[in-house]
Amino acid sequence: MKGLLGKDEALRIASRVIEASPGDMTEVFVSGGVSRLTRFSDNYIHQNVSDSGHSLRVRVIFGKKIGMASTNSLDDDAVKEAIETAARVAELQKPNEDFEGIPGPEPIPQVNTFFDSTFGFSPLDRAKGVKVITEAAKAKGFRAAGAFQTGASELCIANSLGVRAYNRSTSAHLRTVAMSDTGSGYADALATDVREIDPALVAQTAVMKCESAQNPEVVPPGEYEVILEPRAVADMLSYLVRGGFSASAVSEGRSFLAGKLGEKLFAELFSLWDDGLDPRGFPMPFDLEGVPKQKVVMVEKGVVKDLLYDYKTAKKEGKKSTGHGGFGRWGAMAANLFMAPGDSTVEEMIKNTKRGILITRFHYTNMAHPMKVLVTGMTRDGTFLVEDGKVTKPVKNLRFTESALRVFGTMDMVGKELHRAGRSVVPAIHVPAFNFTGVTEF
Amino acid sequence: MRDLTAQALDVAKKLGASYADIRVVDKKQESVRTRNGNVESLGSSRSRGFGVRVLYDGAWGFSSSARVTEEEVRRVAEEAVSIAKASATVKREKDVVLAPAKPVTAKWESKCEIDPFSVKVEDKIALLMEADRLMRQNKGVRVASGNIMALREEKIFASTEGSYIEQVKTETGAGIEATAADKGELQRRSYPNSAGGDFASKGWEFVESMNILDHAERVGNEAVQLLTAKQCPDVVTDLILDSSQLTLQIHESCGHPIELDRVLGQEASYAGTSFLTPEKKGTFQYGSPNVNIVADATIDGGLGSFGFDDEGVPAQRTTIVDKGIFMNYLSSRDTAAELGETSSGAARADSWSRIPIVRMTNINLEPGDWTLDEIIKDTKEGILMETNKSWSIDDKRLNFQFGVEMAYEIKDGSIGEMIKNANYTGITYEFWRSCDAVANKDEWRLWGVPNCGKGEPGQVAHVGHGSAPSRFRGVKVGVGKWQ
Repeated sequence: MKGLLGKDEALRIASRVIEASPGDMTEVFVSGGVSRLTRFSDNYIHQNVSDSGHSLRVRVIFGKKIGMASTNSLDDDAVKEAIETAARVAELQKPNEDFEGIPGPEPIPQVNTFFDSTFGFSPLDRAKGVKVITEAAKAKGFRAAGAFQTGASELCIANSLGVRAYNRSTSAHLRTVAMSDTGSGYADALATDVREIDPALVAQTAVMKCESAQNPEVVPPGEYEVILEPRAVADMLSYLVRGGFSASAVSEGRSFLAGKLGEKLFAELFSLWDDGLDPRGFPMPFDLEGVPKQKVVMVEKGVVKDLLYDYKTAKKEGKKSTGHGGFGRWGAMAANLFMAPGDSTVEEMIKNTKRGILITRFHYTNMAHPMKVLVTGMTRDGTFLVEDGKVTKPVKNLRFTESALRVFGTMDMVGKELHRAGRSVVPAIHVPAFNFTGVTEF
Repeated sequence: MRDLTAQALDVAKKLGASYADIRVVDKKQESVRTRNGNVESLGSSRSRGFGVRVLYDGAWGFSSSARVTEEEVRRVAEEAVSIAKASATVKREKDVVLAPAKPVTAKWESKCEIDPFSVKVEDKIALLMEADRLMRQNKGVRVASGNIMALREEKIFASTEGSYIEQVKTETGAGIEATAADKGELQRRSYPNSAGGDFASKGWEFVESMNILDHAERVGNEAVQLLTAKQCPDVVTDLILDSSQLTLQIHESCGHPIELDRVLGQEASYAGTSFLTPEKKGTFQYGSPNVNIVADATIDGGLGSFGFDDEGVPAQRTTIVDKGIFMNYLSSRDTAAELGETSSGAARADSWSRIPIVRMTNINLEPGDWTLDEIIKDTKEGILMETNKSWSIDDKRLNFQFGVEMAYEIKDGSIGEMIKNANYTGITYEFWRSCDAVANKDEWRLWGVPNCGKGEPGQVAHVGHGSAPSRFRGVKVGVGKWQ
């Protein structure tokens, strides 16, 4: 397949590097593929790009001295130079006493993550999808902006202890903001198989949101009930998980979970796990160290259960890596999060809201304090006031400064439908009190 | 290389492209990272490839490849045209038009006194390890880290209009950071700036000028002191920002909203648009008369400096805000043409596999007349904030909220108690209109920011910001519930 090496070739290159390396241990990481993206604004395609390529990273290890080099050329000369460079820088070092070795081989589970339909999706196919959206926007006098992205990537991790992990996957993402000068609405769809994406549904959702969002009014900042749609839930969730559930962050005292394993920190309705093999997400059978991914239940009915481990931290603590490693100084990371669904619909959440804000998505969120998991950000592209069980009017976008611990600790209604949002699969939620600290002009 | 670039342009022209350009980029990077007394990573990377951009039937297409061969150049040029044909099926009434630019044949190289790639890796490690040791002398420091980066980019640009430009740019940077945590509190302190330190288009002499070891012990101590410092009060007060935090303020609330592609809606679904709509140009009061801002890609050593942008347009110095009035945008050839203007020379791509988009160069607040000491003495009650820690701003760049590593009370013209978890919020133009003091050129400093994200697929630009400490009256600080 053009643009992909395939399993045999990727493993052949990796094995060749391991054979040629002078190190006591060697680790090779070959990644790449093709990425294609059609971007539109003001109802026309203004950017349309394709790129393909691979990179090879080699870690050469002498005892506890480690050197690393990478190249984006897989030619023999370039690969040889990368090995030599990695060996040279390793020799220059003093031993890294924190080094715990590299993982050995384990069976890698099989998951289907590659679809020819996505890989073969052409620029004209993408343009047709885009046109469905721009025509729907034009019909209502709106402007549509967005992107239709399709791609195929492959990852091969091998080491001198015998790890030989390879996976290829496809992804597709269609997203749009329909807008006028007086309001906007967002919708998107993600899939591994592009045939699951319905441009007409994305267009309809964004246009309807945009129609409902016209001429927003100001509501004063303060505490409100909120209904967070799945994209906003996934955004908040990312701050809870980032660093928080990493075993190394906990052991270094950098996590809010330090000393709190087994405690009930969250709402009874909140259960959270990471599962790299569930096809409802974007499956990936092994981590960036070549260790097979384990399903880790992080929170069960509000109680903190397990942490995520990379190889180094697991070895230090006498445990087994959960397959969430390879992120260096960041420690173990979740990549396939799932939240348990509830039994409510968004309509029921609205009906149960006395005075609250319905939020489509957040914008430019950032951590204000990691131990308190205090996050700030803005609402965007569809923010509405709910009064006495009904959506009454669109409101100007609000700034929030709120703790994710409080959000997932107090949520009292959970959606029955799960949605892909980024790499997470989450429902909508209702939160009884959420702190808005500012308002903008649109 | 001329044969190869000519071949790409010929193929595109023969297939009907009205315009084509090609960039061939060879980038190498070396980085050293230390953490708690160990070398965490020591790496070297190289990336080489090319990208071909074409206009066909008034629509854009772009393709790229890492294999720089005749056969691949031909294939990529053909693919770029076929992608442009697909773009032409969803067009506006008017075609994409490029603002005029003179064809250029030139060579340009950034200044570099000491080649950072010639400095021994052992010496780089030794510098960071000593800084690490000094930071961790205070036992309250949980994590001490440091990094040194060297980058060299060699780039060739050729276009069907006859340009052929060769550029070589060397960048160097370094920084250290200490993290302290205790009893549910976590604080960090960095030098010379957060997010990896400071960076410039200079050689190793830039790292030497930082005198990192003179600051390492202080950085460790301050991270620990912050754990028990006074919580930032929730008040409206006068705010003094140091030069490094002002860099972030300029970047987010001035640099991004003046990007003309954002103004035209081209980034609407991702990064957003801008409140600085075209009718405001030349009339809108962006700030107080003390606020003078320029975009200057011609400064020696600026991380956002270059000879020519990635459309072959020469580096320029453009007035952005003149005595508080918004004057000009950052633009590319196609966005400038939308307003009937010429490009301000700000179209840049972060690699061979990405298209040029409108990016910041060095966006600088011009110096004023004060000294920081005079500003403090002149402030009855306020807060001095230093070094960015968190940042957030709405998608038109109006409502912002920024947090800092370090702050101090100002009382009756003197620096008082240390304050932790300080943040401030405002509306961009109201904030800049409240600026009543800017320190002078002796306290003005140019910073390098190597992590400006924008675009889909994502690109990371290296940009610069110059500023001196400044005062803003009546700002809301201490936002959020912290207890």
